[in-house]
Amino acid sequence: MNYFYEKVMGGKSGLTGFIILAVVILVAFPLFLDIFRLNLVGKYLTYAFPAVSLVLLWGYGGILSLGQGVFFGLGGYAMAMFLKLEASSPENTAIQSTPGIPDFMDWNQLTELPWFWVPFESFTFTLLAVIIVPAIFAYIIGAAMFKRRVGGVYFAIITQVIAVILTVLIVGQQGYIGGINGITDLRTLHGWDITTDNAKVIFYYICCLLLLSIVIVGRLILTSKFGSLLLAMRDKEDRVRFSGYDVSHFKIFIFCVASIFSAIGGALFTLQVGFMSPSFVGIVPSIEMVIFCAVGGRMSLIGAIYGALLINFGKTAFSETFPQLWLFLMGGLFIAVVMFFPNGLAGIWNTYGHYITDRLKQLKTVFVMKPSPQEAKQDLG
Amino acid sequence: MKLKQHASKRTFMKNAACAVVLGLFTMASSQVTAEVNTTGLAVTDDTVTVGILHSLTGTMAISETGAQEAEKLAIKQINEMGGILGRKIKIIQEDGASDWPTFAEKSRKLLVKDKVAAVFGCWTSASRKAALPVFEKENGLLYYPTFYEGLEQSKNVIYTGQEATQQIIDGLNWVAKEKKAKTFYLIGSDYIWPRTSMKIARKHIENVLGGKVVGEEYKPLGNTQFGSVINKIRLKKPDVIYAAVVGGSNVAWFKQLKAAGITSKKQTLLTISVTEDEVLGIGGENLEGFYSIMKYFQSQDNPNNKAFVKAFKEMWGEDSVIGDVTQAAYLGPWLWKAAVEKAGSFDIDKVVAASEKGDIELTTAPEGYVKLHPNHHLWSKARVGRWNKDGQATVVYTSELIEPDPFPKGYQ
Repeated sequence: MNYFYEKVMGGKSGLTGFIILAVVILVAFPLFLDIFRLNLVGKYLTYAFPAVSLVLLWGYGGILSLGQGVFFGLGGYAMAMFLKLEASSPENTAIQSTPGIPDFMDWNQLTELPWFWVPFESFTFTLLAVIIVPAIFAYIIGAAMFKRRVGGVYFAIITQVIAVILTVLIVGQQGYIGGINGITDLRTLHGWDITTDNAKVIFYYICCLLLLSIVIVGRLILTSKFGSLLLAMRDKEDRVRFSGYDVSHFKIFIFCVASIFSAIGGALFTLQVGFMSPSFVGIVPSIEMVIFCAVGGRMSLIGAIYGALLINFGKTAFSETFPQLWLFLMGGLFIAVVMFFPNGLAGIWNTYGHYITDRLKQLKTVFVMKPSPQEAKQDLG
Repeated sequence: MKLKQHASKRTFMKNAACAVVLGLFTMASSQVTAEVNTTGLAVTDDTVTVGILHSLTGTMAISETGAQEAEKLAIKQINEMGGILGRKIKIIQEDGASDWPTFAEKSRKLLVKDKVAAVFGCWTSASRKAALPVFEKENGLLYYPTFYEGLEQSKNVIYTGQEATQQIIDGLNWVAKEKKAKTFYLIGSDYIWPRTSMKIARKHIENVLGGKVVGEEYKPLGNTQFGSVINKIRLKKPDVIYAAVVGGSNVAWFKQLKAAGITSKKQTLLTISVTEDEVLGIGGENLEGFYSIMKYFQSQDNPNNKAFVKAFKEMWGEDSVIGDVTQAAYLGPWLWKAAVEKAGSFDIDKVVAASEKGDIELTTAPEGYVKLHPNHHLWSKARVGRWNKDGQATVVYTSELIEPDPFPKGYQ
């Protein structure tokens, strides 16, 4: 337990950051935002999943993936396929020439469900697929790349190419996976209407809890021996290799973990927004995810979440207020962050945060004249 | 701009208002608002709020700009005539950013937060498909301006562009008759609209015209390499190239055709995806003599269109061009006005019910005359235009008024 507190949660300051985050997303947002805005925040939080995954992969592992959208998309599509099958019951699709198959298949003259859709009639299979399919995919890419010691810029380019390939594949196979329109019009989950306000609140909380869990999992990884190796690999890969470690295995592992995190975000996105489309798979969303991570601070799991929130808040607010000019304002925001806060939001906290904690401590000494021995000890440490 | 049923409805409203004023002198205005808006839409005693939702940024901005300009023009003109049910129209504009999920998000914002009485917007099929569930869930009303693939009829959407059969069939009949065409080469961008359109075209060519499709090819959106297709076309020597290449790809497509020596002198080309807006990018000299099938061309010679073109240029600049979708977008606010006045209410359900009666017509539409079918689409004419060097088309054929049929039997 002590190990958990000191190491995993990062002691007092780490725990404070975690608790503040939990309070903000679990209490403050639901309290102060109406259901429309809350649902939007829920959507932003799903983007935080790939952002957190990039902290592990890029910030600590030094592996820049410009293709996290691929995994976000795989998770999202898996969930969308299940929901689409449920929405395409023969009664709902009676107007089609072949009732009982998704509408876009009917438009493309398909007359029966393709084989790879069939397992998605099971919810259990879908949940497993959300995790396993991206992991296998990441394993194949990782094994192919890292075993051959492909890294750095080359790896970034290859992940980007994979994002393009997958987009082209989805767009081209519109009879099978919905093409450029994506998979739309998802309504129920086991007969439960997912478009109601009630469902949206529930999904919001599920999203928050899963996000907090992956932050803890991320910290568990980073504080383990593996986490130290990850940092070592980032800074001096050869030295780790000469010490007898198989670097590629570690890289593959962290790449798979990052892919699973992103995929969970994608699945939650589908549930909250009600559709999935290739516009989340390609280069632009993948790079946006890197931006969330960079703005939040690429060495901070929690910072990445604030990064995703800030950028998406900015997007919504600017585009609602200045529909013609908002892209320039977003550009200005990126430039400002990179120029003035190269370590992102987390950097701001680390630089200026102690002013706040100091002030809090002062207040404490005023109100609680005698600090308990335990606290005194900690302050020393 | 006057609508047929407008006058009588107006008198009726006046009478009604008078009665209310006589009866409850002090509460008159508030009561009227309570009557015309029972579902909490953004309607006050002297304003009604609507939304405009098009891409102002991103790749689609170039196509969608004309549509939102036309909608603003129509709304301005309606306001100058005194508004709708005595209320001036206020606009809330949102940017779809060429991104389908954004269309869904902004639709929800317009319907849930702003409570707009109608939305004029969307352009691509993908953006409509993304926004549609939101409109159905929140019971909003969308006026959608683009010619599209059909196979859809939502209670919450009025389609002011043509569905695929309206655009395609008469044009094919024309080319078969005038050009004695027997063999066709089909080429399109790879998504739902070109594919559905080509499916309908193929069935019509093979089953009705007794012709032959000698090739069918799809290229990804944004593709700029047409060399291999052009080689195949040379090999097959079709009587007609039938094209549905969309957006920026058109520039490469027509320039490469010209570079390969395929011009209107030797080859008939019929496209269903080029309007004046695209020609601006392609350059009139690159497709001089080729044909487009549309329901509207800027050069149409009738008093309605002349007034429309003049007003449009006054508002948006002398250089602006008006394509098919821009004109269809212009119809949206007028059709909504007619339906609201017919219903005597802004309530979505009542406006939809009034629209479904099948007797809302615009005699003053720039394209001529249109009438709203109970299936939410417009009766309209198909026209074939031959492109000139200056980027304008000469209308060489006009069909009869065609009934919209979004679920065509025998073409699926």
